[in-house]
Amino acid sequence: MTTLHLDWTRCRGRGGCVELLPELIGRDEWGYPLTATDVPVPRALRGAAEQAVRDCPRMALQLSPRFAE
Amino acid sequence: MTATLDPPVRTSPLLDATRPPLRPVPLRGAAVIAEVAAAGLTGRGGAGFPMARKLAAVNAAVTVTGRTPVVVGNGSEGEPASSKDRVLLTTAPHLVLDGLAVAADAVGADRAHLVVTPAAVAAVRAAVAQRSDRVPVDVVAAGEHFVSGEETAVVAGLEGRRAVPGDKFRRVVESGVHGRPTLVQNVETLAHLGLIARSGAAWFRSRGTAAEPGTALVTISGAVARPGVFEVDHGAPLRDVVGLAGPRGETPVLVGGFHGAWLAPHEVAGAAFCRASLGTFGASPGAGVLIVLPAGASGLAETARITAYLAGQSAGQCGPCVNGLPRLAAELGRVAAGHGSRPDDRAELYRLAGLTEGRGACHHPDGTVRLVGSALRVFGARS
Repeated sequence: MTTLHLDWTRCRGRGGCVELLPELIGRDEWGYPLTATDVPVPRALRGAAEQAVRDCPRMALQLSPRFAE
Repeated sequence: MTATLDPPVRTSPLLDATRPPLRPVPLRGAAVIAEVAAAGLTGRGGAGFPMARKLAAVNAAVTVTGRTPVVVGNGSEGEPASSKDRVLLTTAPHLVLDGLAVAADAVGADRAHLVVTPAAVAAVRAAVAQRSDRVPVDVVAAGEHFVSGEETAVVAGLEGRRAVPGDKFRRVVESGVHGRPTLVQNVETLAHLGLIARSGAAWFRSRGTAAEPGTALVTISGAVARPGVFEVDHGAPLRDVVGLAGPRGETPVLVGGFHGAWLAPHEVAGAAFCRASLGTFGASPGAGVLIVLPAGASGLAETARITAYLAGQSAGQCGPCVNGLPRLAAELGRVAAGHGSRPDDRAELYRLAGLTEGRGACHHPDGTVRLVGSALRVFGARS
């Protein structure tokens, strides 16, 4: 399954991924994405995940085919 | 600091200052991996990962990428309560260098780095100058922050960047120093390898337990008469291990250092120094740090102090760590000061812990959450 990987060292909580993937990513009280570092992406959300990767202004997101660790 | 052991304890092969360097390297290539696998040697830097699997992963990455690998001996020892790597490096530097040479041959590396605490640089450089290893060894002073010893932080430092943890999308074994497959091993792990290369897997397994063979160096501090570094068998009764340092009374012990977990006195009495036993208390041997709480001291207050220190040691990169750790420290401080006796205050601590855990490039938040959780478990039942 495809996994969405978040690089916490790049993320500054801009929130684009939260808006594109509300099913997978919430927002914590400090504005950061409320998610694990590696999140399995269901097939139906694959397109939204790809857009989140493209749109992140911090380039903090990557998709990988490997399983979340 | 090598501590005279009392009552009588078996000799410490790791801290033998008189052993001459290993020459030539008796085990090479696949034979090293086979011997290390047979020995069951695991990393002594804290995570306890099997060394044979790491060696195999580096070799696999070399096959895939076609790049020559790098080996790194990690003696950064950012944990303030640990001295075992420094004591090992200054007492028996050749044993560590032996292991580094064997590891370099096992993966076919052409560069070796030895990252050590600044206090050990001179002793280790002097030892390197006495040797004629095939692979040149470059001795580097480690960064002096708590997280500087984390594997990706060590790689960053060797590349001339700030020695702070990095993202793990690509594993260090696949893409480490300057993108090359990289083997990072704690210096004590390398010293064990140096002994296994001499004496073999069966000798290594003559100590420890079947599941967790061999010995480990521990650093014992706190309310003890003889703080210091000791070599102990995996599986030894924890009370006997702590007993080496002469504890002043039966008090709680912080096992595994600042990212570790507290054990109550009756748990210390029943536990063994190994992952299997300590795991039942949410603890692990980690890098062998044992801190004995003084009688009459407040475990919650001590933990709040450590948590504040850990919050200050955040590399400042990841939002949940930057924001969560100071909140955890402050809330625990309130509870410790007696202002947090309402159930809601505990609930807030657990909520913050859940919000912080698993959300960072490294395990600094997770280790801090583990410490706080163990303090609530052991000290926080009532107040």
